Amino acid sequence: MAAKGANLAARWMILGEWRAHPMRVVTAGVAIAIGVALGLAVHLVNASALSEFSRAVSTVNGDAELQVRASSPTGFDENLYPRLAQLSGVGAASPVIELKAVTERPGEQITVLGLDVLRAAAVTPSLIGRPVVAQGEGAHGPTSEAAFGEDAVFLSEAALEGRALGQRIELTSGGRKASFRIAGVASGIGEGRKIAVLDIAAAQWRLGEIGRLQRIDLKLTEGVDEGRMREAIAAVLPADAQLVTRESEARRSDSLSRAYRVNLDMLALMALLTGGFLVYSAQSLSVARRRPQFALLRVLGVRRRALMSQVLAEGISVGLVGGIAGLALGFGLASGALRLLGGDLGGGYFGDTRPELVFSPAAGAVFLILGLLTAIVGSLAPAREASRAQPAVALKNTGDAVDPRVSPRIWPALVLLSVGGAAAFAPAIGGIPLLGYGSMALLLAGGVAAMPWLARVLLAPIHRLSLGWVAVDLAFKRLWGAPSQAAVALCGIVASTSLMVAMAVMVSSFRGSVDDWLQQLLPADLYMRVEAAGSGGGFDPATQAALAGAPGVARLVFLKTTNLTLAADQPPLAVLVRPMVGPRADGGQPMIGGALTPPPGEVPVWVSEPAAWLYGWRPGQRIVLPIDGAKSFFVAGVWRDYARQHGAVALDDADYTRLTGDGWRTEGSIDLMEGRSASEVTQALRARLPADIASRVTFAEPRTLRAFALRIFDRSFAVTYGLEAISILVGLAGVAATVSAQTLARTKEFGMLRHLGVRRGQIIAMLVTEGALLGAVGVVAGIGLGLIMSQVLIHVVNPQSFHWTMETKLPWGLLSSVAGGLVVAAAGTALLAGRRALSADAVRAVREDW
Amino acid sequence: MSPAPPVLNITTLTKSVPGGRVLFEGLELNLKAGEFVAIMGESGVGKSTFLNLIAGLDQADAGTIAIDGADLAMLDDDARTDLRRDRIGFVFQAFHILPHLTLGQNVALPLVLQRAPGAEALERAREMMEAVGLSGRAQDYPRQLSGGELQRVAIARALVHRPALLLADEPTGNLDPETATRVLEIFADQVRRSGAAAVLVTHSQVAAAVADRTLTLSRSGLVERHGR
Repeated sequence: MAAKGANLAARWMILGEWRAHPMRVVTAGVAIAIGVALGLAVHLVNASALSEFSRAVSTVNGDAELQVRASSPTGFDENLYPRLAQLSGVGAASPVIELKAVTERPGEQITVLGLDVLRAAAVTPSLIGRPVVAQGEGAHGPTSEAAFGEDAVFLSEAALEGRALGQRIELTSGGRKASFRIAGVASGIGEGRKIAVLDIAAAQWRLGEIGRLQRIDLKLTEGVDEGRMREAIAAVLPADAQLVTRESEARRSDSLSRAYRVNLDMLALMALLTGGFLVYSAQSLSVARRRPQFALLRVLGVRRRALMSQVLAEGISVGLVGGIAGLALGFGLASGALRLLGGDLGGGYFGDTRPELVFSPAAGAVFLILGLLTAIVGSLAPAREASRAQPAVALKNTGDAVDPRVSPRIWPALVLLSVGGAAAFAPAIGGIPLLGYGSMALLLAGGVAAMPWLARVLLAPIHRLSLGWVAVDLAFKRLWGAPSQAAVALCGIVASTSLMVAMAVMVSSFRGSVDDWLQQLLPADLYMRVEAAGSGGGFDPATQAALAGAPGVARLVFLKTTNLTLAADQPPLAVLVRPMVGPRADGGQPMIGGALTPPPGEVPVWVSEPAAWLYGWRPGQRIVLPIDGAKSFFVAGVWRDYARQHGAVALDDADYTRLTGDGWRTEGSIDLMEGRSASEVTQALRARLPADIASRVTFAEPRTLRAFALRIFDRSFAVTYGLEAISILVGLAGVAATVSAQTLARTKEFGMLRHLGVRRGQIIAMLVTEGALLGAVGVVAGIGLGLIMSQVLIHVVNPQSFHWTMETKLPWGLLSSVAGGLVVAAAGTALLAGRRALSADAVRAVREDW
Repeated sequence: MSPAPPVLNITTLTKSVPGGRVLFEGLELNLKAGEFVAIMGESGVGKSTFLNLIAGLDQADAGTIAIDGADLAMLDDDARTDLRRDRIGFVFQAFHILPHLTLGQNVALPLVLQRAPGAEALERAREMMEAVGLSGRAQDYPRQLSGGELQRVAIARALVHRPALLLADEPTGNLDPETATRVLEIFADQVRRSGAAAVLVTHSQVAAAVADRTLTLSRSGLVERHGR
């Protein structure tokens, strides 16, 4: 009963305040809702995509407990199979050919699995096809020789779409083309996956994989110690094969896009942080306005703690309502984003999958709690201020609680800034720049904490000015004379401006650096590429020679891109094969620093910047790569690469061919003869292309490729831009809400000025000047802090996340328009709120209590 | 049978303002239940500070203030707050009626803070409003009232929880003479009906006249004022 009474008073006070100023509560609630919604949406999309990706991987892998996989698409020697099958503890082993292929349908790619049906039945039964036999022939299965002959293929449901049983399908892989009869359905393969299952011998023979395997699926004997078995298997593996477990596969899926996902999560949380500042700003103003009311409550017998609880309860209510609304909004956003942008939100990590959205109650609870915490933290300082007010002084209502002559403390801000600066130098934790983000949060908190002091410093020169223009002079004096109100408004402006500037500078620097890199990367006049080369092969040596001799071609350099898996739980490393040394070198890899000459007899490789970060490779070092068994290579240099986040090595084409025997290439860069046009040479080259790849070869000029690459960049940053825009809007709304609330709270002051003979227009001019000045000071401080934070993003967060460096490039246009927008928003809101405040009768205004 | 302890007992009270100026020293005052004193004095002599000291909102340099036998100096902030809540009623010059609460809620607030059930508190508030001539206005908001009406709401709020001590700081300072007279009549009537001890700080001789006796505050303390 007693507690009920106390709660009733708090409820009256809170509901009364909300009834009187509903828009302020709504604005703060909406800010929290947006932050929670963005965070949850990004998380749900990422989680759904990862789950879909893992499902897709397990679809191709079947249900194997352990797998031995090839380090490169060329596979490993099939002699490994009997050695593994005979190992004690291995219950069953199933050799697998796994290839990418293209079909006769333009643009269609398919995964080809070559299986030994009898072996696979024991290890990965879900991959085995079900033969469909004609009615009357008996329906008992896989005994028919025709069904499992070298001509038969079983298609997954997705691959079978638009095809009929008994029809033929043409598969081209690694330049080999073969036709197969559709003998049945591989119905154990999950929805949406295009997979063709055929007999392993047919795959080896007809698709040119004789003597090679891409993987061996293993089933262990029941009760055997899996850890011991892993060691025993690893001991017999050659350098070009690796042991893969379900856990390492999950880690690989996760690491593929982890940095990108964490970055998006952090961006979404930035929006929540901005929302927190909005709550802080709204609560601070509300507390400042209600100071005499709180004083009255103290006089009437309300304890300090109860006042603090009341303000915190207001914040918690805002956080709770905003958070719940945010959950619903987040689910809707995630659903829309999955439909529009796919599972990787435009990042390009998971191909074109459209995963189903899965709601996770745990994630919902976490984001709801985050929203609540943000609102509580945003309310904490105002709540403390409310409880600390001296009732006797506050009841006099003599204006700002802070004496403008007293200089605010700067040391808490300096401590935060110093710790934030130090955190920027810390290494990544688990491959994620957690301390980098921590550094940004501390710098932001430090910058905001410095605002009362900085406002004093920046406003000190102007408050002594007297321009003889009443409106402007009053504005100067007011900004100086109400330091805590100026500081609250500035905190909101600085928080939103700095976050936005930091993001904008980082994206601009990244895009600018990518553009510069593309200019260096594309020195030739014309480029050609075989689409789906990994599946369907490319230019064989004869075709290369024919193309090089085409009319109008001054020089044609052939290249190849393939990949190597160095660790089972890491995404594969790209291998770029191109002329790197001697007169044929085309200088297409933009080097960072100089290149070293390899010692005689050693094979050089040039590693990309991300590869150097990820694997700790340095020029002059010798590294072992699973090419030609396990071969040692000399690191001759590091080159800039923004295309392959998980690393790449460049190898001279002569060395590659010598080591692997692979003379096939997938791309070409062409220098034209003087006076020849690109279209003319394109025609000449097309005429010399073999029929089986002609339809898959595309030609492009460097400017087209550059524009295309930048389009991909913009697409992958689309969500970043969206989140940034939302942060800007939340920030602008915060600025507008703050200025508006402060202006409306001054009705009594305006009434008094009107009594003294100040014209309505002069008061409006005073407010606009105040708003513009506040906006300008906030923008100056916000841009300064944002530039510092952008350096953490550019030199800490990005290298630690994506393993590449970039140069700072300032987006002057965006910065100046945002700065202008903020000043105009502050001044414009002051103007609108001022007009509204002045619409009240001046006589009534001065009679008002508070 | 021993006499009832004084509601307010002030001994050798001394207070100076920042900067060192002494407002008063050695001040003594003893008030029993039902006693009603007015305190007059020049501007800046410390009348409002004196009230703040009695309410435990300010700290004395020396001396003691005891309310219902409880020495304020021995109480912490929470205990002083609870004492204000339970034993003291306030009337201010500037009314201080919360704008976003109804008049009924404003008046009921001290009872609700004492954890009385809401319905009971509102019923008692309605009685008090009727007593100050505002019957039927419990659902109205403060902006619909005149200054005199607002001060009557403040009087009702000050007495609704039957305090032992009523403190009033220039309660008619914001009102025209006619309204002030009407409000003073109501104030004095309600104080006497309540049986509380009351301290009224005012500049106005007219206002002071409603009290049982008038004291003048000066640096040397409180002096009885005669011949009004």
